[in-house]
Amino acid sequence: MQDGTLTGGFDDAPVQSAHAFRAALSALARPGRIEKIGGVAAPAPLSPAAATLLLTLCDAETPLFLAPGSDGPGIRDWIAFHVGAPLVDRAGAMFALGRWQTLGPLSAFDQGTPEYPDRSATLIVEVETLERRGARLTGPGIETDAHLALPDVRALQDNHAQFPLGLDFFFTAGQEIAGLPRSTKVEVG
Amino acid sequence: MTDYNFAYLDEQTKRMIRRAILKGIAIPGYQVPFAAREMPMPYGWGTGGVQVSAACLTPDDTFKVIDQGADDTTNAVSIRKFFQRTAQVATTERTREATVIQTRHRIPEEPLTEDQILVYQVPIPEPLRFLEPRETETRKMHSLEEYGLMHVKLYEDIARHGHIATSYAYPVKVEGRYVMDPSPIPKFDNPKLEMAAIQLFGAGREQRIYAIPPFTKVVSLDFEDHPFDPSKADHPCDLCGSELSYLDEVIIDDAGGRMFVCSDTDFCAGRQAEGHRGRLSPQPDAETTP
Repeated sequence: MQDGTLTGGFDDAPVQSAHAFRAALSALARPGRIEKIGGVAAPAPLSPAAATLLLTLCDAETPLFLAPGSDGPGIRDWIAFHVGAPLVDRAGAMFALGRWQTLGPLSAFDQGTPEYPDRSATLIVEVETLERRGARLTGPGIETDAHLALPDVRALQDNHAQFPLGLDFFFTAGQEIAGLPRSTKVEVG
Repeated sequence: MTDYNFAYLDEQTKRMIRRAILKGIAIPGYQVPFAAREMPMPYGWGTGGVQVSAACLTPDDTFKVIDQGADDTTNAVSIRKFFQRTAQVATTERTREATVIQTRHRIPEEPLTEDQILVYQVPIPEPLRFLEPRETETRKMHSLEEYGLMHVKLYEDIARHGHIATSYAYPVKVEGRYVMDPSPIPKFDNPKLEMAAIQLFGAGREQRIYAIPPFTKVVSLDFEDHPFDPSKADHPCDLCGSELSYLDEVIIDDAGGRMFVCSDTDFCAGRQAEGHRGRLSPQPDAETTP
């Protein structure tokens, strides 16, 4: 066990996780909007936003996949203590965390079934910065259109094409979060 | 009171509900199963809405509860007090001051903003349930987008009554994909389902959560020759004179006397405070008489 394994969690879990959830809800319900989220410090390289989201949404009932680069003994110990999520491979994961380059292929994750499309994975993608420019987004949650810098427009278009199946994404950078549900139509901006 | 966790539910339950809400947001109109808990009130009293509200509330929120539009009915008062005690949230009866509004069977008259969340209490979330009782079959029908039966039901309304007689819980199609029960709101409220606020639906007994993100396309089912008609009583409010609000009909004596009043009590009180008067408003001189 390393220094930092036991620290960095919520000081006041009910209140802090409620605020964090509202940020995540607002981000996913309004794709393209960037919300503030934080309060948790995990070992590097996890961002405060991604770590806060993990503590807000994941627990022993949610198998988690850690992509190479966002994995390691320090992170595993921290997740074991604070979250308790079983660590699994892509196919068995309800949540996944990592950088875009090492998370994929997206098709390896559970996409849901036609009768239970909610049983698909949610991906937490760590990015350098979140910017409201680039790919053009339309669909539920967006009045006219919105813009968000996305790592791979083509893959996200393929994901949307499967609707109502498909993956849902949170993009995290520092203390910021943006959401991209499967329902959002993505075009090159 | 400090005997309960913030907002009553334990943290693991809230995480489970929050995951269901997020999947509901990602698949607008689709009913996400969730493990509804026993709540300290009976099923049918809004346990689904209460659990969704509990998962959403923060101490900074201002909470409003309405039952058929009214803030002062038993169900609304008890749920409001429940969260006052367990979440220490501020409460209000003013629609525009609220950040989270839990509702039974109405959408407030005042347009909601993007800073608000509307939580519906839902008795029977499955719009196809009275047409097909088996859950395995309705699930298949949703997955195949097989909604012909619902149109047959509306058509039979027309064949029997000459118009679509469904007046509440009027089925809608969300973003061109899922047919959804908007809960037993009057069909008058259906056009308001396209709004700037986040709408969350909780069915406790049936263990389902679903959602409509802001600005999502919500279309009431109809036919080209029988277009959807969000009708209301053809009458102004007898207290505030509004011609545009949804009205309750109230019997006021045993000789057939009746009055029509806004079902949205905050809307009606606000208009009266602005000086609007209706047919049966107290007269100014009557008010000053001791």
